[in-house]
Amino acid sequence: MTENKGEIKKMMIILSKGTLENVYAAFVLANGARMEGIEAEMFFTFFGLESIHKKKLTHLHVATVGNPAMHIPTLLGGLPGVEALATTMMKKEMEKIDMPDVAEFLDILSASGVRMWACKLAMDMFHYKKEDLYEGVEDVITVGDFYKQSAGEGTHMLFI
Amino acid sequence: MEKVIAGKTIAVNEEGYLTDFKQWDKAIADELAAEAEISLSPRHWEVLNYLQTEFKNEVPLSIRKIGKSGVVDIKEFYQLFPKAPLKTATKIAGIPKPASCI
Repeated sequence: MTENKGEIKKMMIILSKGTLENVYAAFVLANGARMEGIEAEMFFTFFGLESIHKKKLTHLHVATVGNPAMHIPTLLGGLPGVEALATTMMKKEMEKIDMPDVAEFLDILSASGVRMWACKLAMDMFHYKKEDLYEGVEDVITVGDFYKQSAGEGTHMLFI
Repeated sequence: MEKVIAGKTIAVNEEGYLTDFKQWDKAIADELAAEAEISLSPRHWEVLNYLQTEFKNEVPLSIRKIGKSGVVDIKEFYQLFPKAPLKTATKIAGIPKPASCI
């Protein structure tokens, strides 16, 4: 790797999932990039849009079904209330380690200079409008626009 | 490791952070700031003083804490110390690099 001696200049993070653990992974990576002086941009698509939808972003859950690492039997994980309970427990643990909630985390990302974009195709599919989204989201763009944003040396792209 | 900063021989680690806060003074801060292409204004000093107080009180530092400090908000923190603000500001303040992911 000769380009910039491999130095990362910009992280382009695509978030396609709306489960709490995936949203946090994407947010921590974007914020962590900025903390290191690396540029960061996020592209929210499909269920990732839930994390920037003003009415939905405070109601995200961890996945208790189809997630073997949760160590909850699939049948139990599907029972009413189990997902909510697991989410409450996880949120308590996160607060203990100084992890902000989704709304506060978005404010931190925005203040830190993370540029946020929403996927036009997914917005059309879910019938969301720009005004439904968190104010820090700059625009609704196509995948082609996102690739254009990614131009430059030392850009890395991550799909979550 | 040792490094000559502002005419004095100072103990630093491999990343250039002071390992003994007692060796820190304002001239060292000015020189470390210049290395980071920052010219320290009174606003910078308010933030640096805050960081040093937190360090003395053994409070772990994070971007989130800075934002809630009442001293500076996150946006201004990034404006004052544009590249890697927490890393840069703690280095100038003569305190250890925070081991925080947030």
